[in-house]
Amino acid sequence: MESTGTSRITRKFIWIWTSAVILFLYIPMFAVILASFSTQRYFRFPIQSFTTKWYTKTLESLSVRDLLWTSISVAALVTVFSVLLAFFGALAFARYDWKGRKLYQRLVLLPIFFPQAVLGLALLLWFSALGITTSWQTAVFAHMIWIVPIVILIMSIQAYSFDPALEEAAFDLGATRWQVLREVTLPILAPGVVSGSIFAFLLSWGNFPLSLFSTGADQTVPEWLYAKMVSGYTPMVPTLGSLTMSSAALMLLLVYLFWLATSGRRRKAQISTSSDD
Amino acid sequence: MSKLADWLKNPGVLAAAPASIFLLVGFAGPLLMVLGYSFMPSKTFALNSVPTLENYLSVVSDSYHISFFWSLFLAALTVILLFPICYPIAYGMAKLFGKWANLVTAFIAIPLLISENIRLFGWVLVFLKNGILDGTLQALLGVSASGLLYTVPAIVLGLVYVYLPFMLFPMVIGISMIPDPLKEAAFDLGASRWQVFREVELPLAMPGILIGAILTFILAMGSLAESKILGGQAVVMIADDIESAFTFAQNWPKGSVLSVMLIALSGLIVFVLFRRIDLDQIIGRR
Repeated sequence: MESTGTSRITRKFIWIWTSAVILFLYIPMFAVILASFSTQRYFRFPIQSFTTKWYTKTLESLSVRDLLWTSISVAALVTVFSVLLAFFGALAFARYDWKGRKLYQRLVLLPIFFPQAVLGLALLLWFSALGITTSWQTAVFAHMIWIVPIVILIMSIQAYSFDPALEEAAFDLGATRWQVLREVTLPILAPGVVSGSIFAFLLSWGNFPLSLFSTGADQTVPEWLYAKMVSGYTPMVPTLGSLTMSSAALMLLLVYLFWLATSGRRRKAQISTSSDD
Repeated sequence: MSKLADWLKNPGVLAAAPASIFLLVGFAGPLLMVLGYSFMPSKTFALNSVPTLENYLSVVSDSYHISFFWSLFLAALTVILLFPICYPIAYGMAKLFGKWANLVTAFIAIPLLISENIRLFGWVLVFLKNGILDGTLQALLGVSASGLLYTVPAIVLGLVYVYLPFMLFPMVIGISMIPDPLKEAAFDLGASRWQVFREVELPLAMPGILIGAILTFILAMGSLAESKILGGQAVVMIADDIESAFTFAQNWPKGSVLSVMLIALSGLIVFVLFRRIDLDQIIGRR
């Protein structure tokens, strides 16, 4: 692991630099959390007095409940459908050899490399041309255009480490196509399915540019936050922001603990990001 | 005909079908329609008029080149600033951190899962008049730093901040593709640190660096939230113009033309540079 030709000073510099950049990445999060506990209507620093009243207000607000419900519904449906589509999409990406695969690999990744605001507007045009009224259901569709390719990419990393001999052995032993899928392919790709689901849920949960143009009269949490930031600021903005951040963090923590509990038997299948090839 | 039937029976084709059809309907369809609208007369809401080039001509004569310039300039600046910021981290993650690399990856990836809006709003709180930075400076040194928000540097900070992981992660993969013995050989043959960097490391890590740079550039080109939340009215970026053409101005053909120009510009860059890259080798390294 230790690389030659890297002096101790360079190493030290790299560690300090990395820590500094990570701290930089978390500055705005701390700022939002700090602001959510300020008593004042408009944020001033240093904060004079602290309170949790905005949390009570936010949690009691009926419109916030609607927002949360919309966001959760969208994210849950996006997760289920994206994982289903991406499971087979990733097999085609990494596991099977077929004519046209190279082209497929490039085209399927295209939506990730695409400005989301423009994609959202194009979809708005598309929906209205097809006579579909936009609502949170169309937002599910819109999110999936961006999230399915990302989940395909994540699951492909798992699918590349797939040994085709395992499937062939199952076929030789007389398993049907469905049995092979359920008993061999799915368990091997399971870690990819888990990480793909987390990404799908949280990326949909936090998405703004696609939601902005595809939810119609419905509103997700990020849309509401943006609207209130631009006009009609209320201290519920940092409060709801903090709440969504902590729920995302909690979800990651739970998944991590689950992963720790089951990691023993799947360590072999794991591709380490730092392995020497 | 039987050749086609055979191809369709291949498990790869079958597995690729659902996602491909979905993206055809949800991605290719809308974009083709945007292309169609770009040739319609101004302020029409249907595709049944005689195609015309008037929108393209009017866009060229209007002042949209200014917002195109800002988008190009800010996206390029973001990539240029992110290269030296990310390289040491990527090098550390690929070669030095060992078992800590996963933890560093997690710390950098987690903000991606938090809404961009919230994170940019955090920066607003930092740079606001009487905000965290201004307030701290006033309390400690008695100097004010109130004019920082709604400026071009604030937008650049927002872009660098939001797109850092997109530049970093592909770069890590690129750098981990450098075989250490090759570097040692170069050192043994008397190459300097700088020569090894330029002649060995950089070319070998280039595919990863290139992917990161393209990804960052494209996403920054089409970004909307950074210039709106941190930039106020300081600068209008092209995505902003596209949005107002579609929404406030209700001029779909004009919005479509601007979209087509942005997509064409970005797509050209992606396709030219992507032809040199083998995705199997980068994603599927073992």
